[in-house]
Amino acid sequence: MDLTLVLQGLVSGLLFGGVYSLMAVGLTLIFGVMRVVNFAHGDMMVWGMYLAYVLAARAGVDPYLSFVVCAGALFVLGLIVQRGLVDRIIAAPHEMQILLMLGVALVLENVALMAFGPEPTRVRSALGGAALWLGPVFVDVARLVTFAVAVALTIGLSLFLDRTDAGRMIRAVADNTYGALVIGADARRVYAVAFGVGAACVGAAGALVSPILPFQPSTGLSLSVTSFNIVIIGGMGSLTGAFIGGLLVSVAESLGAVFLKPSLKELMSFSLLILILLVRPAGLFGRRAL
Amino acid sequence: MKWLLVVALAALLALPAVLSSYALTIFILIFFYGFLGQAWNIVGGYAGQLSAGHAAFVGVGGYTATMLATSAGLTPWLGMFVGAALAGLLGAIIGYLGFRFGLRGFYFVLLTVAFAEICRVAVSNIDALGGPLGLYITFTGDPRQFQFQDARVYYYIALALMLVATLVAWAIGRRRFGIYLAAIREDETAAEASGVNAFKYKMLAMVVSSFLTGLGGTFYAFYLFSLQPGSLFGIPLSVEIIIRPIVGGAGTLAGPILGSFILTPLAEVSRLYLGGGGLHGAHLIAYGVLLIAVVLFLPEGAYPRLRRALQRSRRP
Repeated sequence: MDLTLVLQGLVSGLLFGGVYSLMAVGLTLIFGVMRVVNFAHGDMMVWGMYLAYVLAARAGVDPYLSFVVCAGALFVLGLIVQRGLVDRIIAAPHEMQILLMLGVALVLENVALMAFGPEPTRVRSALGGAALWLGPVFVDVARLVTFAVAVALTIGLSLFLDRTDAGRMIRAVADNTYGALVIGADARRVYAVAFGVGAACVGAAGALVSPILPFQPSTGLSLSVTSFNIVIIGGMGSLTGAFIGGLLVSVAESLGAVFLKPSLKELMSFSLLILILLVRPAGLFGRRAL
Repeated sequence: MKWLLVVALAALLALPAVLSSYALTIFILIFFYGFLGQAWNIVGGYAGQLSAGHAAFVGVGGYTATMLATSAGLTPWLGMFVGAALAGLLGAIIGYLGFRFGLRGFYFVLLTVAFAEICRVAVSNIDALGGPLGLYITFTGDPRQFQFQDARVYYYIALALMLVATLVAWAIGRRRFGIYLAAIREDETAAEASGVNAFKYKMLAMVVSSFLTGLGGTFYAFYLFSLQPGSLFGIPLSVEIIIRPIVGGAGTLAGPILGSFILTPLAEVSRLYLGGGGLHGAHLIAYGVLLIAVVLFLPEGAYPRLRRALQRSRRP
């Protein structure tokens, strides 16, 4: 096995991992606050990708700029889904919440299918094709920028939750909803903001990954499943866990493609998941099994 | 109530004599999904452990019976039990991993999804199992090979499967086992405090459920004559399995059957009218909207609502 190849896999895996981290952070935020698993997470991300595609094709906006617009648009979509649907079933049995989110996922995926068709697409960026050489290792500039922006957004979100009043309120509701209500938190508003921010994360992640990853409407399902894996590996409800888990899963997939064969790379994240469940079921950074 | 059941059963037995071949297909699907839903209901409804990876058991059952028939010459009538046993074993492994750590609620949901996906990726990468293209069964029409010229035979087999699963669920519900499962579903900590071995009964429910689901895999394979990893192990099939009992009323005996009688024809008819003509995806949008509507307007499922309505009408 060529060492350069391994290093190459490590670097591209790590750089791609930023997007996984951002996506998983969004899912874990929604889950941590509302105890609702967003089964439409990946499909929301695909909507972010198609929005970046439309903005690039019609208005010539580079995805590395339009990710801001995509995050904003998905924030609004998240707000609508939360206020219109999730809010009504927040106290319903788990199976009903799952059914609802599966319904949302089906609608989102197939609206994208009707609008854009089943063929894979990719968004062109001005950064496409540019590369750096770190010794023998090739670094794709697009991946580097994607990684940097995704990590910056994750850190920004973490600062927002730690340092601002709105962020502290979200954390209070996540920790103890009843206690937060006692001290005067508006739980409904917090839920709406948390769902919106969670969706905005995948909006940005979708736009950022659109120049690197070819996508089609059905991509959403596998992205949802990958996000689920990452948050279990990292520990459900833990932002740090989601962040580290995203990098870990991406590197594992990338190395899996190098050592095994590319079609087996999905197996890597699942094997990691089972390993975690065997040795540390609460996840890397989880405090307890739920 | 008893007379109503007898009449309904007699009607279902006599029905193939008058059905068109398209209607026959829809009824076969209603029974088959009703069967899968009832099998899921044992662990997902009665025990309240939401497995969202039941397609894995269909896949293991179907692939095992098909491989045994094509490579070892074993009749699927026996192969289906070998496949079901393997599915039960897989169910035991998943259950052990999940229940040993007391993974509850969504944690268990995601674990089961992950396992089904592992199976799908693994099978797509094993050339002996046909890889991503899957397996095809040559049609011989030989009843010993679980193949029939007359679609009505499939109708009766699917009906029998649904009735068997319903009998099993009924028997569980009447026994102490069923009461334990209900206790675990409602409050696992309280159930354990009163001496119920939650791990043991959840495992049992999982194994029974996955065994029955595995039996269905053989029917699926020998009804459609082809098996692809994406369609047998994939998340879409898992979703199809769980939505019917939830829509009908999870944890009730009639829920999965009622849910299948509601959803299956709707799905088929919307596929027929919206699926063609370049409107790819329209029928699935309609399906998604339907699911959302059920959750918002029938949040406990159709059967509990129906039962209350019947009781009210009976009162003077």
